[in-house]
Amino acid sequence: MSKHIFEMRGDAPHRVFSAAKPDPAERGLRYPEKVRRRLRMHCCKETPEELVFDLIGIDVSIANALRRIMLAEVPTMAIETVYMEMNTSIIFDEVLSHRLGLVPLNVDPRTFSEVETLRQKVLKEYTTRDGHKRVQNEEDAEEQETELLDENNTVVFRLHRRCVRPADADPAAPPYTEGVYSGHFEWIPQGTQAERFPDGLRPLHDDILLAKLRAGQEIALEMHCRKGVGKDHAKYSPVATASYRLAPRITLAQRVAGAAARELVAACPMNVFDIEDGEGEGEGGAVAVVARPRDCTMCRECIRPPGWAERVTLARESNHFIFSVEPCGALPARVIVKEAVRVLRAKAHGLLAYFEEVEKKRNLT
Amino acid sequence: MDEDGGGGGGSSGGVSYICGDCGTTNEIKAKDPIQCRSCGYRIMYKMRTKRLIQFEAR
Repeated sequence: MSKHIFEMRGDAPHRVFSAAKPDPAERGLRYPEKVRRRLRMHCCKETPEELVFDLIGIDVSIANALRRIMLAEVPTMAIETVYMEMNTSIIFDEVLSHRLGLVPLNVDPRTFSEVETLRQKVLKEYTTRDGHKRVQNEEDAEEQETELLDENNTVVFRLHRRCVRPADADPAAPPYTEGVYSGHFEWIPQGTQAERFPDGLRPLHDDILLAKLRAGQEIALEMHCRKGVGKDHAKYSPVATASYRLAPRITLAQRVAGAAARELVAACPMNVFDIEDGEGEGEGGAVAVVARPRDCTMCRECIRPPGWAERVTLARESNHFIFSVEPCGALPARVIVKEAVRVLRAKAHGLLAYFEEVEKKRNLT
Repeated sequence: MDEDGGGGGGSSGGVSYICGDCGTTNEIKAKDPIQCRSCGYRIMYKMRTKRLIQFEAR
């Protein structure tokens, strides 16, 4: 069997290590050259809810890094602090705040910067040694931790609902109740935000139920949103999920025709196989073909009956990744993938800079 | 007085309470009986503070 392919047999995956062996044709090439030789990418399905694409010819470590970055390190905007003025509803302040935090916002995180503390700002402005000295000299440690909020890193929303029983309500009717929805958020533009966002900012969905109010109850609060990453809190994750699987490769080792073909088609719960007219007369001419290998879940139902393992080979390609990205925020899936690549690249550059620094230090001593 | 900003007492020195039964607001002064004026219920609840409280949305 060719390289980069390992078999799924009845008991376990086989030939896993030979699938990982280096290709002799690539001997002596450096990793970027190898990737350039074999990297291929194409989009299989793109809807607002899901992006499916193939990434072929990269190392599993890179594919996994991409997945993990999409989940945890691509920044988005979310509500971080809630200033509660009034909450006489039955939902507790803490629980309501938590619910508010999870509301996805239709705010492009790329138009905002991250919140910095005074210490971080000083460290950045006065490079390395000077900055550290300045920070150490500062006596007020608390002041250093002050977060510098401005129109470039904070979005403010207000929520004020008061439930009033209509005057003409039937006294015999069940108690009057009103829902508080994410659509009730009111954007409070800060500084030049009104000019920068002429269409206004709002939550992604207007129909998220946050609390219910009885007559006379009231919720009044202000919310501050900021940029963050999923590893800090799941509310910042730009995806519902991002995952990959290895492409299945299913081959029929011998011709499967007639009753056997029908048996094979019936055995597969994912409907991977089809029957086509092949050469030959009558029923023996109907042969089984692998029509939808991507639908295979490797359940191995087709190789379970005795004798079938010799006829059907289930395998996976170890360098063909089928990614599935389900966005759930302001960023479309395509942008999330691009941003993830950008984050990965920045990490690699950071590591390189660190190595160079170490090298320089060693040469000095 | 009225340090926590709540109570919502008027100028008369009373403090507002909510009846545990009928929900109406009652202003009760220092020597008044603790009883709702409209339904006579004796369990009264203090009003929520009007002070701003900060929460983390986590």
